Amino acid sequence: MVSPLTQRKLNLFVENSENRFVADHVIGLPRSGIRDFFELVAGMKDVISLGIGEPDFTTPWHIREAAIYSIEKGRTFYTSNLGTLELRRAISDYIDQYFNIKYDSNSEVIVTVGVSEAMDIALRAILNPGDKVLYQDPCFVSYHPTVMLAHGVGVPIKTDAESAFTIKAAEVKKSWVPGCKALIINLPCNPTGGVAERDELEEIARFAVEKDLIVISDEIYAELTYDGEHVSIVNFPGMKERTIFLHGCSKAWAMTGWRLGYACAPAVLIEAMMKVHQYSMMCASIIAQDAAVEALRNGYDGVQKMKQQYRRRRDLVVRRFNEMGLTCHLPQATFYAFPNIESTGLSSVEFAKQLLEKEKVAMVPGSAFGEFGEGFARCSFATGYDDLLEACNRIERFVASLGVKSAVAASDSIQKI
Amino acid sequence: MNEVLKLLTEGERLNESQMAEILGMPEEVVNEQLSTLKEKGVLLGWIPVLNPEADAEMTVRGVIEVKITPEREGGFNRLAQRIARFDEVESCYLMSGSYDLLVVVRQSTLHKVASFVSERLSTIEGIVSTATHFMLRAYKEQGFLIEQPKEDKERLDVSP
Repeated sequence: MVSPLTQRKLNLFVENSENRFVADHVIGLPRSGIRDFFELVAGMKDVISLGIGEPDFTTPWHIREAAIYSIEKGRTFYTSNLGTLELRRAISDYIDQYFNIKYDSNSEVIVTVGVSEAMDIALRAILNPGDKVLYQDPCFVSYHPTVMLAHGVGVPIKTDAESAFTIKAAEVKKSWVPGCKALIINLPCNPTGGVAERDELEEIARFAVEKDLIVISDEIYAELTYDGEHVSIVNFPGMKERTIFLHGCSKAWAMTGWRLGYACAPAVLIEAMMKVHQYSMMCASIIAQDAAVEALRNGYDGVQKMKQQYRRRRDLVVRRFNEMGLTCHLPQATFYAFPNIESTGLSSVEFAKQLLEKEKVAMVPGSAFGEFGEGFARCSFATGYDDLLEACNRIERFVASLGVKSAVAASDSIQKI
Repeated sequence: MNEVLKLLTEGERLNESQMAEILGMPEEVVNEQLSTLKEKGVLLGWIPVLNPEADAEMTVRGVIEVKITPEREGGFNRLAQRIARFDEVESCYLMSGSYDLLVVVRQSTLHKVASFVSERLSTIEGIVSTATHFMLRAYKEQGFLIEQPKEDKERLDVSP
């Protein structure tokens, strides 16, 4: 008879012999909630998926055409690590025009393989092992794991529905602990649709200066701001010298698969990021870079057209969620709605699972995005009207079957906040 | 542009009740707006956009450049209206450049288009000359591509 302790040791031994090649900090990475959910959905037929984190538009033709032309011209070689000068100039001009921030194209811009790479090299360039990084919760699934991979420690900042998921300066200050080196902000935010509020951001900026924090600002959804104007933290005093500004082509220009992002920051930081980038990626695809030039220089109208479509779909789903008894704030940006599903009495994961099983609609559980996402579900409305209309009907049926009372449509007051 | 009209022009097949759902307004309001748009002459009518080659009845399309003498009162308008009224005429535009009116005619045969031009059009007083061109093949019809490679719009079911 083997004692329980020995049994445990034996189990560990068996496990270890399979896992022994894998690094500890990778084993320690939490399993992605999105991945789990993806596997559930993948096996099913006829699912209407509201769990897609990318536009349903194809990249506008003029951008695709520019890439084709680039291939025809035989542009197939490595580019400078920082990216083609042409693209860096286009980036510098674009950021100046639309964000009112001046970055020098020679030394303050780096082109990366998607914004995901930019975030990764930024963290790897600035974090010493054990450095703490503040980040908003809920947020994009990659941030915390990327911090962990860079041997940092994540410190979550609570965001909530009452403040429409903006980041509040008070919460940042509350979450701060000694040892915090950096602050990651993603506004507008995936999954919550939260946007920056000028006053809060100003105070956060002051706090960042006071605590000498380096800020990484992922502004990938900036162009998809429906109400009001997007504000960047870089515009506040003392921020340009301590912020790594991240942006890319994926969302507003529907270029997710092209893998084109960029970072703008003071030269010293770009140089540091370049060191990591040059050894791991060397450079982003030259074709994607050429396409990005076309997108940044001539893509404005296309973006506005897509934005208009998203806005209309946003109004539709938010109204429907509120009508059926799932309180949902009106996201001022992105193509995500983040309804509260607590009225069903289910956890986020249970809600998502049961909705999928009973009505074949996929929504990602809010808990996949962080502890403060529990009680919510993310609805991506980047999908066609017929699917949206049908999905709303199915969700309503499901929610009603759980006894949730539908609210009498006060659609006017809900739509225009 | 009016919201209902904007949605209409996007080219998706939506009935009034679906439009009402998407725009968040009662169906009666949508219908009312559509009627008003019609009355004001903004919305002229509803015709689905068909592949020109698929319509067996009207496969031949002629584009005719017409030169006319402008009149003392009304310029080109009276003549243009007179031409436009013919059922055979699909479109009629006043153009800048080397000719005056662009007239698009659709009929089932080449012969019919030619007869229309020679018997009806050219004989109108005030028409100086016509130049008829026949459409050979359509690549794009009113914003819709006709032959395009099957778009592979497969996205992953779930993505972060």
